[in-house]
Amino acid sequence: MSDWPVDSGTSSGDGTNPIAIEAQGLTRRYGPTTAVDHVSFSVRRGEIFGFLGPNGAGKSTTVRMLTGYVAPSEGTATLDGHDILTDALAARQRVGVVPEEASVYQDLTVWQNVMLMAELYTVTRARRNRYGLDLLTLFGLAERKSDKGRNLSKGLRQRLMLCMALVGEPAILFLDEPTTGLDVASAHVIRETIGRLNRERGLTVFLTTHNLDEANELCHRVAIIDRGRLAAVDTPHALRGTIEARRSVEVIFAEPLTALPEINDPAAETEPFAGGTGVRIFTGTPGRAAQEIGVWATRHGLRIESIATRAPSLEDVFLAITAPRAPVREARR
Amino acid sequence: MSRDHPAAVVWARQARLALVVAKKDAMIYYLKAPVMTFGLIFPVFFFLAFAIGRAVPSDALVPGMLAMALFFSASAVGPLITPWERQARTYERLATSPASLEAILLGDLLAAAAFGAAISVVPLGLGLMLTPARVVAPGWLMVGVVLGAVVFGALGVLLAARGTDAPSEVMMLSNLVRLPLIFVSGVFVPLAHLPSWSQWVGFLSPLSYCVDLLRTSLGETAFFPPWISAGALIAFAAGFVTLAAFFHRRQRRTA
Repeated sequence: MSDWPVDSGTSSGDGTNPIAIEAQGLTRRYGPTTAVDHVSFSVRRGEIFGFLGPNGAGKSTTVRMLTGYVAPSEGTATLDGHDILTDALAARQRVGVVPEEASVYQDLTVWQNVMLMAELYTVTRARRNRYGLDLLTLFGLAERKSDKGRNLSKGLRQRLMLCMALVGEPAILFLDEPTTGLDVASAHVIRETIGRLNRERGLTVFLTTHNLDEANELCHRVAIIDRGRLAAVDTPHALRGTIEARRSVEVIFAEPLTALPEINDPAAETEPFAGGTGVRIFTGTPGRAAQEIGVWATRHGLRIESIATRAPSLEDVFLAITAPRAPVREARR
Repeated sequence: MSRDHPAAVVWARQARLALVVAKKDAMIYYLKAPVMTFGLIFPVFFFLAFAIGRAVPSDALVPGMLAMALFFSASAVGPLITPWERQARTYERLATSPASLEAILLGDLLAAAAFGAAISVVPLGLGLMLTPARVVAPGWLMVGVVLGAVVFGALGVLLAARGTDAPSEVMMLSNLVRLPLIFVSGVFVPLAHLPSWSQWVGFLSPLSYCVDLLRTSLGETAFFPPWISAGALIAFAAGFVTLAAFFHRRQRRTA
């Protein structure tokens, strides 16, 4: 991978466009059903952008519109400066795609699969031979290059899919649920490699995932789509900050509690866990609550095994946003 | 079209991508013993089942057998490639590659035509070796084989436009279209000997013109002048390709 091209941003014409993906009012209707409803967002060059949402929220339909598989009913988008409707072939030349639940050609070898995609992206023979081998090595597939696709495990097939998506030297990589259902090792290799390609080569990544830890770990910004509409776009940190009330303190006692701790916050919510020996208190001031619980435990002669304050997780944000209908919040910066 | 490149560059690139798709089809779908065997054995034995026992000179049977082999082999796999790819979940990535829909369809057509033309060598060789049949117009033979392979390949691509991931559905449709054609296209009985209503139906079948052109090339009596047959085959091929692109595009829009 030593001479893998760093994305210089020169492909967009003027070389100064900092936007890799710009969606404007993307809408897709299936008969009376609106799967994606006027979705607009932009992804900066070199960013890993997470696209989160419950099943059926419109994530894959959005990806399919952006990658040219499905035509939008309304709206359009640009990929690396190329309009997906009026300049579709140039737009597609700039992206690599790993569609949801897609597979490799079972009757072709690992190497033939990679070379086929390289040829479809018109990569020259010398370059595709070099990059192909680099990629197989990077994803731990070099030893299996002569194996047929049908003989690979699901995890190895997904790694091969990534090689196939990357061999065309894309500026933007679309990954639709890339680690769903994979073994821990393959999911780790994929996450680690995506992060590395982004850091070292400036690869822009558009990632849909159900795995909120994955989004939290990898993504610079995330968008949450719910029932076809964009509900939030921001950094994971900023989104977590929007639900401060979901900060909490978790305490585990040495023995089951007969009464719940009392703290001086009427808005706090308390829930027991760990078979009655633990208690989780949601409060805007978890540090002060921890102190008060310590005092309360001493007064009642209870021994504390562990105590920890917790910030709200992306999952908390996701649940808070997708449960009720929420207005669009775009980060101001 | 791309804003960055002139149309000629884009067309040249798409033509190259069509060859890549054709190579992929050949490697995955055509170069398999069962496909090759079926492509050859089915039409030959189907033809012999109708021809044996009839008081027809054996050399007169060669154009029909050659056309049957061409027809069945060139249109055998094409209708199934898109449903197979949908079923195997490889189609979406192919469709989102820089290959345009037209390049993908052209690639499928080229693979089918090459397969059909290659398979047709066997019945032709057998016919020339085992019967008194002789090639009297090699140019028209070449035109007949090539245009026949292209038009039947295009028919296969058109039949693949049904947006399904169930190959059995397409297979049923394919046989529904193909099997009746062989009875009205002058394969077993020359067009001139068919009843007039059957002749009119035969005029709507590309197989009629292919058989007729092959009859010319092998010195048999033809119904049409060869240039009319060649023109008709070109028109059918253009029509099938246009319709295939339209239906595939519409299917993609409504997918």
